[in-house]
Amino acid sequence: MTARRLNWPLWVGFLLTLAAFFTYFAVFVQFPVTRDFPWANLVLFLIAGLLLFLGIRKGFASDRPHPTRSKIITSIVGLLSLVVFAFFVFVIFVAARWLPASTGAPHVGQRAPEFTLSDTTGKQVSLNELLSSPINGSAPKGVLLVFYRGYW
Amino acid sequence: MRSIEKSLDKFSEVGIRPVAISVDSSEVSRDLAQKAGYTFPILSDPNVEVIRRYDLVHAGAGENRHDIARPAEFLLDSSGTVRWVNLTENYWVRARPEQILEVSKLLK
Repeated sequence: MTARRLNWPLWVGFLLTLAAFFTYFAVFVQFPVTRDFPWANLVLFLIAGLLLFLGIRKGFASDRPHPTRSKIITSIVGLLSLVVFAFFVFVIFVAARWLPASTGAPHVGQRAPEFTLSDTTGKQVSLNELLSSPINGSAPKGVLLVFYRGYW
Repeated sequence: MRSIEKSLDKFSEVGIRPVAISVDSSEVSRDLAQKAGYTFPILSDPNVEVIRRYDLVHAGAGENRHDIARPAEFLLDSSGTVRWVNLTENYWVRARPEQILEVSKLLK
């Protein structure tokens, strides 16, 4: 039998590796349960890994129609998948921790520094106003300040 | 911020006003609010003044090595005193609204 046989576990495993990477940023980051720890993506990577393992075994088998070509393609796809996985681990677990310590940030019990900044309409808003202007008709019990990186 | 918007009714119920701050200009923040459907106040600190006052500068982490804010959340009571702080150690891990609402209930 010399017909070309597609090594489907290899290719499905590779596509699933890519999906495991991109779905974190496109989908799972939206939900705290799958964002704080990327278990859903790690499960996808695990399934991809199993498929790739089967695909690599198949690609290196001696009964391939073009053994040398098969070995080269299998090696490249396997290596690329590994790089994608390593990059995911780097982005989520390593680079994400490169945050300044912020030891001088206001502590519990301290007064939050006053400020005045412009809102999305360009209007100047002070912390005092935020703390005093009513929510649904009654005085606010507090303000939650959320600092974020922004989109520049 | 997405999860805060989802819980906005609950925050209003307990009398807490969420406010977001970043180096983004008013225009960028307005686009973000429109696209994402954010209805709470979003403030601009393009010169990193307030972010610096709160010691939250992440030096050179923005585009063209601009200074930006590291993620952080502060819950203030009505007198402006800090009652709860979250300085996350991992960019992907943020305070959950339930957590903040729990603390908010203790405010007078």
